[in-house]
Amino acid sequence: MSVSPAGLPARTVDQSSRAFRYFEQVFGVCAAEVQKLYHDPFELLTRAIQPVIWLLLFGEAMARVRGLVTGSMSYINFISAGILTQSVLFVAIFYGIAAIWERDLGVLHRYLVSPAPRSALVIGKALSAGIRGLSQALVVYILAGLLAVPISLRAVHLALMVLFIVVGAALFATFSLIVACLVKTRERFMGIGQIVTMPLFFASNAIYPLTIMPAWLRVVARLNPLTYEVDAVRALMLRGGSSDFGVGSDFTVLAVVFAVLVGVAARLYGRMGN
Amino acid sequence: MDVSRSPDTVSPAAGAGGSAVIEVRALTRRFGNFVAVDRVSFGVGRGEVFGLIGANGAGKSTVVRMLTTLLPVTSGGATIAGYDLVRNPGEVRRHIGYVPQLMSADGDLTATENLLLSARLYGIPFREIRSRIEQTLAAMDLAPFAHRLVKAFSGGMIRRLEIAQGLLHCPAILFLDEPTVGLDPAARHAVLGRLAKLRAETATTILLTSHYMEEIEELCDRVGVLREGKLVAVASPAELKARVGPAATLDDVFAALAGEEAKSPEIQAYRDVRLSRRAARSHG
Repeated sequence: MSVSPAGLPARTVDQSSRAFRYFEQVFGVCAAEVQKLYHDPFELLTRAIQPVIWLLLFGEAMARVRGLVTGSMSYINFISAGILTQSVLFVAIFYGIAAIWERDLGVLHRYLVSPAPRSALVIGKALSAGIRGLSQALVVYILAGLLAVPISLRAVHLALMVLFIVVGAALFATFSLIVACLVKTRERFMGIGQIVTMPLFFASNAIYPLTIMPAWLRVVARLNPLTYEVDAVRALMLRGGSSDFGVGSDFTVLAVVFAVLVGVAARLYGRMGN
Repeated sequence: MDVSRSPDTVSPAAGAGGSAVIEVRALTRRFGNFVAVDRVSFGVGRGEVFGLIGANGAGKSTVVRMLTTLLPVTSGGATIAGYDLVRNPGEVRRHIGYVPQLMSADGDLTATENLLLSARLYGIPFREIRSRIEQTLAAMDLAPFAHRLVKAFSGGMIRRLEIAQGLLHCPAILFLDEPTVGLDPAARHAVLGRLAKLRAETATTILLTSHYMEEIEELCDRVGVLREGKLVAVASPAELKARVGPAATLDDVFAALAGEEAKSPEIQAYRDVRLSRRAARSHG
């Protein structure tokens, strides 16, 4: 550890471009979260139980309801895309509580005194939610395969699927972080988390199609980012699956919402340590 | 850590000289109507170890949190490592290391992974990362535990790792907020020993807060005494003692100058006490 005679560090910062440094900071935050999962994968395993319950209990039972018009696809096919999206959402939405926990411990301060831009910190955390989301997706794929859901294994579909899961999880993790910055305590966050998650889930096309919704709910669902996530997942996951809005439009909506949320979260995250 | 400290930078008047690496000017922080820090001004010379003492609620941590850019200042300002605290917090962050009162090492990561995270956040050149981590772990006597999860560490080991995190990017200034709180005497001794070695071997400027007079006396070139948010004295430990009486100890200085615990209802006092006790428990 050499320090120049002037007392200021001579070469602590590489001459590499700002963009590369930014990427490295995002990667560093995300990698640390993934290392934690590697050390203790128990949480991932318990989380895998939830989609099993939804698909096997709820899905199988609701598949017998004749009133649900899901077009040409069977209900179990329809809902597996919904359940996949839901498990990604549920993993991501409780990310805020981890942020509050880090604030209470003091770990948050090490991030905030570092020269990393707040947006790099937020994106790094959000992307690690995407990694968790991918592990959930894998569980749903296996389960759906066992239930004879016609899963598309085309490389381009799988690649786009990864993209949508990461962006979707990152979006909801960032939303969760914003809520955490606003409510500040774990107790309040738990309450708000429940209030927010269920409407997000039910006011979407995850477990029933938009066409059976009353008009007002359809409007709400069209404003819900989860609807676009489900729409793309449904098109990409199933053989012969189709999208209502177009996968390109779905991605645009999700990417724009994510960018806006990162902007808001970056502002709030910096003040969380006050 | 190969550059020796030149003794001439440690003059008691370093704050007034041109080589000040921290210059605090009328720094003020209000929480509602409560003035937590009231027009505090002082300077710290390059390579100097500067201590801040004061009773609970006197504003020590608030000063440190402002100087490390965590808490916005209400008025006044500071120049840190040549950069303006208010206008250029990004550059200030690049040149300081901070060891907070609470935990800053992540228990769910190993020591090496914690340092790797710091290396990436601070943009340490890729080729240097591995050797820097090894050197820093060795300097803090943690080399044998490099790949253990931090949650299995003792309180003193966690503190030394946190100091390693704060030093990894060779900051011009290291801020330590009550670095030995909650540690048993042996662990405190080890932490203080590493800080004394750092002081002897590098030109790193250190600003620390403490309740423990003996560690202030052992480490600090100069001490600032805070009382109810105001800086009431700045001098070397010897001068402070002489000022209070012929046979005075630093404890007497504390009693005479720092006064009692602040009685003003600081907004976050309950939360701060709760958090620092929890931190003390997990460290100790």
